[in-house]
Amino acid sequence: MTDPILSLTDARLTLDGNAGPVEILRGISLEVEKGETLGLVGPSGSGKSSLLMLMGGLERATGGRIAALGQDLTAMDEDALARFRREHMGVVFQSFHLIPTMTALENVATPLELAGKPDAFTRAHEELKSVGLEARADHYPAQLSGGEQQRVALARASAPRPDILLADEPTGNLDGPNGEAIMELLFGLRDRHGATLVLVTHAPDLAARCDRVIHLRDGVLDLAGAAA
Amino acid sequence: MSLSVDARLAARFAGRELRGGLSGFRILLACLALGVAAIAGVGTVRSAIEAGLAAEGSALLGGDAEVSFTYRFATDEERAWMERTAAGVSEIADFRSMAVVTRPDGTVERALTQIKAVDTAYPLVGTVGLSPEMPLTEAFACTPGPCVVAEALLSDRLGLSVGDSLRLGSKDFTLAAVLTREPDSATAGFGFGPRLIVRRADLDGAGLLEPGTLFDSHYRLLLPPEASVDSVKAEATRQFEDTGLRWRDARNGAPGVAQFVDRLGAFLVLVGLSGLAVGGVGVSSAVRAYLARKTGVIATLRTLGATRRVIFLTYFLQIGALSILGILAGLALGTLVPLTLAPLIADLLPVPAQFGIFPGTLAEAAIYGVLTALIFTLWPLARTGDIRAATLFRDAMGAGPLLPDWRYLMVILALAGVLVLSAAVFSGTWGLTLWTTGGIVFALALLTLAGFGVQRLARRAHGLARGRAALRWALAAIGGPRSEALPVVLSLGLGLSVLAAVGQIDGNLRSAITSQLPERAPSYFFVDIQKDQMPGFLDRVEGDPAVSRLEAAPMLRGIITRINDRPAEEVAGKHWVLRGDRGVTYSGPLPETTRLTAGDWWGEDYTGPPLISFAAEEAEEMGLTLGDEMTVNILGRDITGTIASFREVDFSTAGMGFVMAMNPSALEGAPHSFIATVYAEEEAEAAILRDIGNAFPNVTAIRVRDAIDRVATLLAGVASATSWGAAATLLTGFLVLIGAALSGERERVYEAAVLKTLGASRGRILTSLALRSALLGAAAGMVALVAGLAGGWAVCRFVMETPFTVIWGNALAIVLGGLIANLLAGLAFAWRPLAARPAQVLRARD
Repeated sequence: MTDPILSLTDARLTLDGNAGPVEILRGISLEVEKGETLGLVGPSGSGKSSLLMLMGGLERATGGRIAALGQDLTAMDEDALARFRREHMGVVFQSFHLIPTMTALENVATPLELAGKPDAFTRAHEELKSVGLEARADHYPAQLSGGEQQRVALARASAPRPDILLADEPTGNLDGPNGEAIMELLFGLRDRHGATLVLVTHAPDLAARCDRVIHLRDGVLDLAGAAA
Repeated sequence: MSLSVDARLAARFAGRELRGGLSGFRILLACLALGVAAIAGVGTVRSAIEAGLAAEGSALLGGDAEVSFTYRFATDEERAWMERTAAGVSEIADFRSMAVVTRPDGTVERALTQIKAVDTAYPLVGTVGLSPEMPLTEAFACTPGPCVVAEALLSDRLGLSVGDSLRLGSKDFTLAAVLTREPDSATAGFGFGPRLIVRRADLDGAGLLEPGTLFDSHYRLLLPPEASVDSVKAEATRQFEDTGLRWRDARNGAPGVAQFVDRLGAFLVLVGLSGLAVGGVGVSSAVRAYLARKTGVIATLRTLGATRRVIFLTYFLQIGALSILGILAGLALGTLVPLTLAPLIADLLPVPAQFGIFPGTLAEAAIYGVLTALIFTLWPLARTGDIRAATLFRDAMGAGPLLPDWRYLMVILALAGVLVLSAAVFSGTWGLTLWTTGGIVFALALLTLAGFGVQRLARRAHGLARGRAALRWALAAIGGPRSEALPVVLSLGLGLSVLAAVGQIDGNLRSAITSQLPERAPSYFFVDIQKDQMPGFLDRVEGDPAVSRLEAAPMLRGIITRINDRPAEEVAGKHWVLRGDRGVTYSGPLPETTRLTAGDWWGEDYTGPPLISFAAEEAEEMGLTLGDEMTVNILGRDITGTIASFREVDFSTAGMGFVMAMNPSALEGAPHSFIATVYAEEEAEAAILRDIGNAFPNVTAIRVRDAIDRVATLLAGVASATSWGAAATLLTGFLVLIGAALSGERERVYEAAVLKTLGASRGRILTSLALRSALLGAAAGMVALVAGLAGGWAVCRFVMETPFTVIWGNALAIVLGGLIANLLAGLAFAWRPLAARPAQVLRARD
């Protein structure tokens, strides 16, 4: 058996709130295999987005160990994490998070530029083509619909050919047909590039497309939920 | 990745971000532009005056060089040297006297005048302006002669028209024309009366310029083209080293004016720096607000793999480019405004000015602008490193540490050090710079503390406002997490602090000079009383029941040249006592009012080697001790005496105060006159003046109240220039206020929408917004008052050495001004929250 691409051991996340510390994640241990698609589901506030952020090194665990591609993310500083992400990870958000002052093409090219790729714009162009937005390359985010914005975000996440794709409710802000189109694209990109996909979702049909689904409740893995 | 690769990448990102336009940066641009423009403007006017003084040095001086003596004319030997050395020589005598007019009905009018007695060569350089227009020689040739020309102020005061007669000493003259332009007026210094020009030869028989009269003689020299000013100066000072000769040349034609302009300019630039500091607060707030809006973008870039360095550089380059734009706009404004207003400014100035573009001055303003921009933007920029990717789904901008990373903090402190150093080097006044910097830092620290204090107080007072909804909302907004308290208190407070300090200093000085001084000061100074006139003079004054006090003493003037056989300045530095000539008196017995602090007074009949009694405070400042030998040049003759005692002299009462007193035998032989101070009831002053004037036409009376008025007018001018500087600071503060109000507008609109949904009326919301602004404005005003009072007290106590009392009118105006200014700014931005429809606002927020 090969080493897991993502490995969490007793991962914890506690944040300081106005009323005192709040335990978001309370000891999560799990492994994700290379090429696997993993669905994270659970009620609001169960900690699924936080768990995804820990996996991406976007949030720092306050306890436990998180490793990606064999490297300990908890031991890295912010800049090392940023460099690791641009080499190995792509992230898609529910709210797209495109940079409003950059065109669609520039948004997609940004991670490639950050990684120092000399052909950043050629590759970004191809990536936009692959999500069907070639004609919208020079449009700013505000000139695009929600579905189009999320397609740009998908292109941006997959452009550097990441080993791991993290998606936080990518269809949460979209209507039915747009949401479905995005999911097709997401799974299509994953299949094409062979990336590992971790997906946070509320939608049962979406979760059903994943190789494995993990349920969270109150910051811990809900094995009963998984069984149900 | 290397720095250059990161910088190139950051430059690309910055360029993309700036495509969004300048809408979020108007306040940043305006703050920097205004601050830099104020400094560049003051610097341009100062440079224009300096250029004017330099270009017209010869005309201002009245020649290429000037040799002056106090109390005497040049000796034959000195005069012969001048004739030999120069291509042209003109002699003038400068002294005060009384101009007297007898009306047809027999009433007599008297006015003090500053007489310039000239020869036929005057003016060597430049032309005298007269009305009606005519050459000076023609004016002097009027009939019936002899004739004079005088400033309009004198003819107005005496009700004289051209062709009327006036008396100088015991001789009648005709006013031939009104003096409209005196080419060498800038060199004259502070005159007590309006100018009158007369031929010296015509004064023969007038009883003026008698031995002992207080006057200065000036010899203007036109040097041959091949002569080196330096070598002529060296020859003059070598040949006439101990004669009391003073040298001045056209390279620095009006040193007094130049120094005054330089000092005032330096001070105004420092006031301008306080404006730039306020602008800095605005710049900092604008950058903070901009970065808060960009938190999402920064977090996204972090997610995509951007390092702290790339992000810092991206925003540093953006803010840097905009700062440069603001600074350039400021430089353009600071140059164009004085250039456009040049004719108007030149008319207002009593000295020549040559307007133009002065690169040095602009560079100085640009350096201040760049340093200020760096100091105030690095702090918020440093915090971009604290923005983590997780901010995308959690509000983390406000939760970061208050202070930036220590490395940034060190850079900011170093830059602040460079700014102070630059200000000190450019202004050339370390003391003033450090005082001003100390004042600004103290005020900023106090205002920052006050800003936090107001927030805390508002949170505490929350409970007290129960039942008063509008007040409770206002206090909640001031004490809440997005409070505007700090930027408002800082921006408004610093401008008001400067204004309060200027107001207190000006008020205290004016009060010292115009109210307190006349209570203690004499009514009149009578000068040039000849020894044989003293009995008659004393008879008239002593017998007057309205005269409460009379002091009279012989008066000579001398320059201290050596102390213990070393050049005086080598021993005592540039102490004011050594600048120019000082009054010297003599007395056998110890005068009744004199109090010795050390040593002994000479015996009444002492006739031994000269002994000196020196003013105690000045002696201490100069490092003098009993037994020191001092050489004083009086009328070209060196008198060396030994310091036998120190005595108290109070120069602040405008009474009689001599730095030096000597034993009679040391000075009695020298020609001299007497000076007297008369303390009389105001209503008796006119009669005393009339009687003394009639009996002794050569005696000059200086009315102290008139002199005080002139000093007060001069001070008012300085205070008004400073107030303009402070007003620029306040204007910048107002811009910052607008910036703060703008950045909080969205929050207020949302808040008003929620309150309306809950049933609040527009009137109540408006009251709450007005209360919020008024409370913050009053707080800023009160803190400014404390800072201003402290600054005013420190300057009065340590710099001006005058007693300090709070000028309450000004103090209340400052608090009220703060309240009204912020209330107006608040009300101006209340319209949108009041007009907003709740449904629209809340839907947009969702």
